[in-house]
Amino acid sequence: MSTATALAGTRTFRPPKLDRRYLPVLGTMLVFGLMLVIGGLRYDNFLSPAVISNLFINNAHLIVLAAGMTFVILTGGIDLSVGSVLALSSVITATLLNAGWNVALVLPLAIAAGSLLGLGMGVMIQYFEVQPFVATLAGMFLARGLCFVFAPESVPIRDEGFIALTNWTMASGRWRLTAAVVIAALVLLASWWVLHRSRFGRTVYAVGGGEQSATLMGLRVERTKVMVYVISGTCAGLAGVLFAMFSRSGYALTGVGMELDAIAAVVIGGTLLTGGTGFVLGSVLGVMVLGLIQTIITFEGTLSSWWTKIVIGVLLLVFVILQRILTLRRT
Amino acid sequence: MIAPTPHQRQNAATDQLATSARPVVEMTGISVEFPGVKALNSVDFRLFPGEVHALMGENGAGKSTLIKALTGVNQISAGTIVVDGKQTLFGGPADARERGISTVYQEVNLCGNLTVAENIMLGNEPRRFGGLDWKAMRAQARVHLERMGLDIDPASSLDSHSLAVQQLVAISRAMVVDAKVLILDEPTSSLDADEVEQLFRVMRRLREEGVGILFVSHFLDQIYAISDRITVLRNGQLVQERMTADLPQRELVSLMIAGTSDAEVGVATERRGKAMRTEDSAPLLQAVGLGRKGAVEPFDLDLYPGEVIGLAGLLGSGRTELARLLYGADKSDSGQLRAAGSDLKLRTPRQALAQKIAYTSEDRKGEGVVGELTVAENIILGLQAARGWMRPLPKTKAKQIVEAYMKALGVRPANPDALLKNLSGGNQQKVLLARWLATAPKLLLLDEPTRGIDIGAKTEIMNLVSELADQGMAVVFISAELEEVLRLSDRIAVMRDHKKVAEIPTTRDVDVPQLIEVIANGGESK
Repeated sequence: MSTATALAGTRTFRPPKLDRRYLPVLGTMLVFGLMLVIGGLRYDNFLSPAVISNLFINNAHLIVLAAGMTFVILTGGIDLSVGSVLALSSVITATLLNAGWNVALVLPLAIAAGSLLGLGMGVMIQYFEVQPFVATLAGMFLARGLCFVFAPESVPIRDEGFIALTNWTMASGRWRLTAAVVIAALVLLASWWVLHRSRFGRTVYAVGGGEQSATLMGLRVERTKVMVYVISGTCAGLAGVLFAMFSRSGYALTGVGMELDAIAAVVIGGTLLTGGTGFVLGSVLGVMVLGLIQTIITFEGTLSSWWTKIVIGVLLLVFVILQRILTLRRT
Repeated sequence: MIAPTPHQRQNAATDQLATSARPVVEMTGISVEFPGVKALNSVDFRLFPGEVHALMGENGAGKSTLIKALTGVNQISAGTIVVDGKQTLFGGPADARERGISTVYQEVNLCGNLTVAENIMLGNEPRRFGGLDWKAMRAQARVHLERMGLDIDPASSLDSHSLAVQQLVAISRAMVVDAKVLILDEPTSSLDADEVEQLFRVMRRLREEGVGILFVSHFLDQIYAISDRITVLRNGQLVQERMTADLPQRELVSLMIAGTSDAEVGVATERRGKAMRTEDSAPLLQAVGLGRKGAVEPFDLDLYPGEVIGLAGLLGSGRTELARLLYGADKSDSGQLRAAGSDLKLRTPRQALAQKIAYTSEDRKGEGVVGELTVAENIILGLQAARGWMRPLPKTKAKQIVEAYMKALGVRPANPDALLKNLSGGNQQKVLLARWLATAPKLLLLDEPTRGIDIGAKTEIMNLVSELADQGMAVVFISAELEEVLRLSDRIAVMRDHKKVAEIPTTRDVDVPQLIEVIANGGESK
């Protein structure tokens, strides 16, 4: 047998096989489906349009956070600041709106605050070689502190334009969509396009696969590594606006620990913390799984809400171990 | 031995080629300096279109530096680089690549998590509606793969393929930009024979298309199978440029490793077959058909107490790999180790240590020295590890041991509290040696203990090794310097292309040229 055929032998005949890369996402999808079925069997009205609609409405901000976090984790980094940045953005929105600023000016400003913080952290990480963990930890404290500079107490929003925006819904029967859900969906679409259809997106994956290799392949690694934190910051800023729409207020103590929810969603969604593999769609599924856990516990009624954390903890462990097994088998 | 003058080109065929074609790369008088070191000293190199040009030299000869000087990774302090008739200085690998000089490195520098198509096309990807056009990307990737004779699915992820295929994908990527020059830096080091043949087929095809290929490999057979021309470097200097057909293997080897001045080793003990073991002495450790795929072919080796075994061979011939098998640092996949007549299973260095086998690494920076600890702490590290962390070494005893070994080895400065990183390379090596000696090993494996250290320290270490053997220790001594191996060893095992090819007792009449002969011919003529 010649070498060429020997080398090609494994490929000329290939039984239809699922690509390994999709396995974690399919796992998450399976868990999500199972939870829906169990919930549907166990409780009346569980699979009602209202419950499912609320699942999206209550978690729109988290979807946006998780989308941004996916970019960062795909490069092998981490962003601990997003919960605080979300709070900062919501507080900025509330304070400026109540000071009489125009909505059309306030919302971009609040989002830009997130981008700017992300840029700062990205520069620290790339050019001063600070560990992502430490740089974004600093960003987390900074953003949280800044919240209190703007408003130490909860600020209800009274601006009419903004209220109108929060009241906007699209309904069909008992299905309901808020503006926040539409925005989150647009963010998802954009994230998918950038990650899979742009050179920048592929560079994000390449950096996670091997930074040195990506550099030697002539890809723009430095710019990419800064940009993912800008994207995550921007998403956090936007999520802050969405959260302000959801709660119609801005409060310095919102979103404490929400960065961990976002990270958990991304990991449950099948993205490897070491970077390089994962899908933004998986992260959305992760958010949905987290949301469903909460819903189920609410339906259960007798369980305290702390059970949410316990279930999330167990799920996280299971998923991380599953991923580990998958990657071990590959090597 | 008289060193050949640099810039010497003594071949008629070379000159003929030089007039008939213009070199695609011509480097003249290239010098590269690092702080305190002249890595390249006025080296000339030229590469013609449609030839495979092998760059040969031992470790530290300057091969990598020359490649990096060409691609703009290293700054040159003198000389000119002319590419395609124009004087050029590249800003880095990406810049060089854009202008037709692509490099494929020893380790595949692609992203395993991306698809084959992406690895080939990213940076030159086709676009549609402002985004990547995946369909066109796969189609184009397929064309480039076919050029390499590869029939693989461009949509599969890269790490689902063997290393050889990945290497060919890397070359495909290099050729996307229509490279005029392809630099292959040790592409074959992890490939098996069939895979190497596949690579060579691709190289021949590219050569026919007029690509100039710069090829670096440590395998002599491969050099002779594929290259048209050879440039030999030694210690950052050009030794010679020759046509492969006119350069016998023996001469090539001597060009690469000759030139250790006799004065340098003259001060050290001449040991040479001193240990004459009697018929009834039993081996301390026996390797029977021990081997590891891709590292060392199965070999037999007996190690006796009181004997120094030298391992000779070129860099990459499997010297270190053999030692690592004896030490259990790598797992063998054939044969066994026997001690005192019974099988010995070594799975970890810790088990080896329990058997009183000690190994000093070739890469003392990476594997041995703990620079942030003091000299004393470094010395007792091995002994403490052997005792286990539950039984700390008594302070006074530790102090005694440290002082004794520092004195015996002449560690300077004689301050046990100095941080190891502040000591010279030679003294770091002595400290490492002291660490292992403190564990009172029966077998000591020394991998390049004399590399990069000054003559004084070298002599002291060699003398010490000889004394240890006299006291009954079995020693395996690895060095790239044949003179050293010859002087210090009682017996020499010769390695070539990952195979133990000969075992020679170092009687009086064995000399360096003879040893070179064996390395070059694989022991067949002897």
